Amino acid sequence: MGLEVHLQLATSSKIFSGSSTAFGGAPNSQACYIDLAMPGTLPVFNELALRCAVMFGLGIDAEINKISVFDRKNYFYPDLPKGYQISQLHHPIIGRGTFDLFLGDKTIYQIGITRAHLEEDAGKSVHSHFDKESGIDLNRAGIPLLEIVTDPDFRSSAQVISYLKALHILVTYLGISDGNMAEGSMRCDVNISLRKQGVDSLGTRTEIKNINSFRFIERAISFEINRQIDILEDGGEIIQETRLYDSELDETRSMRSKEIANDYRYFPEPDLLPIHITDDYISKIRNSMPELPLAKRSRFIETYDITEYDADVLISSREIADYYEEVVTTCMNSKLAANWIQTELLAKLNKSEQSISESPVSAKKLGLLLSKIVDETISGKIAKQVFSEIWSTGEDPLLLIEKRNLKQMDDSSEIESIVQTVIDQNADQVKQYLSANEQKRKKLLGYFVGQIMKSSNGKANPKAVNQILSDKLSEQP
Amino acid sequence: MEIHSQSIAQLSAGLQRKDFSSEEVTRAFLERINSLDHLYNAFITVNEEGAMSAATKADQRIANGTNEILTGIPIAHKDIFCTQGVKTSCGSRMLDNFIPPYNSTVIGNFNDSGAIILGKTNMDEFAMGGSTETSYYGPCYNPWNTNKVPGGSSGGSAAAIAASLTPGATGTDTGGSIRQPSSFCGITGLKPTYGRVSRFGMIAFASSLDQGGPMAKTAEDCSILMNVMSGNDPKDSTSAAKESEDFSANLSQKIDGLKIGISFQNHAKNLDLGYQNCLEQALNQLEKLGAKLVEISLPRNSFAVPTYYVIAPAEASSNLSRFDGVRYGYRCDNPENLHDLYTRSRSEGLGDEVKRRILIGTYALSAGYYDQYYGKAQKIRRLIRDEYLSCLKNVDVIVGPTTTGPAFDIGSKNNDSISMYLEDTYTVGANLAGLPAMSIPIGFVNECPIGMQLIGRDFEESKLLNVAHQFQHATDWHLQSPIKKNNA
Repeated sequence: MGLEVHLQLATSSKIFSGSSTAFGGAPNSQACYIDLAMPGTLPVFNELALRCAVMFGLGIDAEINKISVFDRKNYFYPDLPKGYQISQLHHPIIGRGTFDLFLGDKTIYQIGITRAHLEEDAGKSVHSHFDKESGIDLNRAGIPLLEIVTDPDFRSSAQVISYLKALHILVTYLGISDGNMAEGSMRCDVNISLRKQGVDSLGTRTEIKNINSFRFIERAISFEINRQIDILEDGGEIIQETRLYDSELDETRSMRSKEIANDYRYFPEPDLLPIHITDDYISKIRNSMPELPLAKRSRFIETYDITEYDADVLISSREIADYYEEVVTTCMNSKLAANWIQTELLAKLNKSEQSISESPVSAKKLGLLLSKIVDETISGKIAKQVFSEIWSTGEDPLLLIEKRNLKQMDDSSEIESIVQTVIDQNADQVKQYLSANEQKRKKLLGYFVGQIMKSSNGKANPKAVNQILSDKLSEQP
Repeated sequence: MEIHSQSIAQLSAGLQRKDFSSEEVTRAFLERINSLDHLYNAFITVNEEGAMSAATKADQRIANGTNEILTGIPIAHKDIFCTQGVKTSCGSRMLDNFIPPYNSTVIGNFNDSGAIILGKTNMDEFAMGGSTETSYYGPCYNPWNTNKVPGGSSGGSAAAIAASLTPGATGTDTGGSIRQPSSFCGITGLKPTYGRVSRFGMIAFASSLDQGGPMAKTAEDCSILMNVMSGNDPKDSTSAAKESEDFSANLSQKIDGLKIGISFQNHAKNLDLGYQNCLEQALNQLEKLGAKLVEISLPRNSFAVPTYYVIAPAEASSNLSRFDGVRYGYRCDNPENLHDLYTRSRSEGLGDEVKRRILIGTYALSAGYYDQYYGKAQKIRRLIRDEYLSCLKNVDVIVGPTTTGPAFDIGSKNNDSISMYLEDTYTVGANLAGLPAMSIPIGFVNECPIGMQLIGRDFEESKLLNVAHQFQHATDWHLQSPIKKNNA
């Protein structure tokens, strides 16, 4: 399998006009004369789109072409206002590169990137709302896209999904796209072909277009592979065609065959000059690049002494990674921070369907809370109570600990008196203890500690309790 | 001198001296259009109300001293320049209902200078043609002889100037569309270097060749118009990043020692004897002014017409795809489905010559033919430019005929596209090479004016205007008028 991903670049204006690229505007409210292809209007290239493309190229260590050329791809469609799409055919901005995938079994799998080129998006035909007529919404027309084409290197849908997830992480790290599949910021076409074991060349391929969720991608691939196997095993032939995945029927079906007949009559776009970029331009961008996900992953494992699994979770978005690092700097315990973020924070966020940037508990507050575990002011159990409470109230954890008097009892005289009371109230158990063997003693010790913690409302420092208790017991006659 | 007989420079001086007001000048031209244009059909739209209210404002600017050289001067614009609030048809039924909500940069520049938009001039449909006969609004007639074509595609602008319906006009030139009608109508026209004048809002025919330029009675007037219309435009990525310059500054410089390249094979072929004589006299005149004639050779120019007729239609076939009946312009009645909407809107909205070129261009770009046609044509284009550039290393200006002869009869080439296309023999080279070129009147053949073409180096419009102005200083061909002729 090979993939073509259309990535919507995070520029605030369109690739060839000044219109806004915001999602969800009223139909045609973000389409200017240029987007409408009014007579005489001309495209002007948005340099930010170039910057995004170069960042992507640097992010996967690909060739960046010093000269790239826009071409016109000519075809008639109502949502294509000019009657051609401005794209790049022969001289794409990004040439060959490779993409490293870390699969579950700790192996690295390399996906070849064939090329990536800049182009403009088309508008949208709206078929509902109108009786026997179609509407056209051109808000999307002219939104900058980077089409990223891979070699046919994928062997399973799991690899495809893990590539798309890793790509999503990379582009959001780079800040060049929000990668939002549901809003169409990342759209994927899958090319599938089979070959018999031992045969070198791939069979005829089909292309499945525009599948907009990981789940559907998995199902579409599995359907299409089985469809092709059935045809080939019956002695049939695969027709090279574009197919659409229908998520309701869970099947792919052929799009009109006009696609095959289309001759796009590509030629260099005469309204735009070729893009020339200098080494200086590239190195300036290189210097401003954020740390990439894989580099961060290695650093986390090395510096913070956490597991690969933890690292994968913590780098899964730049926001989570930043959050984690802030918690670590505040509480000074990287493993505790990693555990808490995964088991408490992310679980709670998941439940409330919030992203980490919307978290009611900031990294600073969580860090301060954990620092109180680290310095033994409170126990982990108390910390969980505090976390629950500040999650809903947004209170400061330190003030809350103070206000509720949740600090561990460190004062030995106070603990001593509690221990003494417990010993006094449990004369029978103390007797049993003194005559018991090692194993039984342990059990009873646990009982005493439980009683002590109970009467201290869980605040007594367990270390001190243990010490004082064993001292007191050994003093018993 | 009557208002309508004056040049732009004279009118500007008169306005400054308060000999007359802009309102008077504007009204004088509007009245001439109203009473005479039925003879020529030079205008598609006359901007009567807009012109008079702009004239009132111009008079205020003149009164308070904030006027510029073109403030209050009426100018006609080829109907290819989008004009906010004024129908801009491009000579096509397709855009018969199109009123742009924006100005082309050229129109915007003229508006800023305080010039008056007199109206929109007739043209070949989408600028495809050399006779202004393919216009949806009917043919335009040559004021020197109304049985003849005015040339094209900027025939309306040329005819309007020749008939003194406007002192100056804009045109566009993709393969000769300013120079050829200038030659046929006995006026002065300049196609600037590609990139000098913004193409924004100028309805595209062939993007890599199209260039707007000035048309007027004199080189001096062309220089004044150039000062307003040219300049870098961020809205046009192919616009040259050049500082704007004063094109009038060098007009009066002597051309002593100027080297003029003459390509003799140019006027040996296809050129009638009368034309050759006029050209010889013009060259003699330039020599008298101190210029030196140098023989040059441009053998690759013989490939210019076939090269042009691959590149221009190819780009046009793509540029005209937007006219699909979906968003604006002509839409057929009761389309049955999308295919029907496309087919009938375009079949009914576009004329034969436009369809012919769309077909040629689509073919030239087709899979399997690209290398053979478009790809090869682009290579030859480069060779043609290289040849011009190497000649222009040795000479300052290349001089030759603008056209193969004087204006031809209306209808005489309607069924002969090839002969119509060969009309462009001398002009398309400058478009392919991107070089500035102009045409100035040098005499008459069969009582119809003919022109001489001057081609210069990239961005050396000033030199062309200087040579033309010096020539016009010494001759009076540019002062001839069909009005005088008809009176005589």
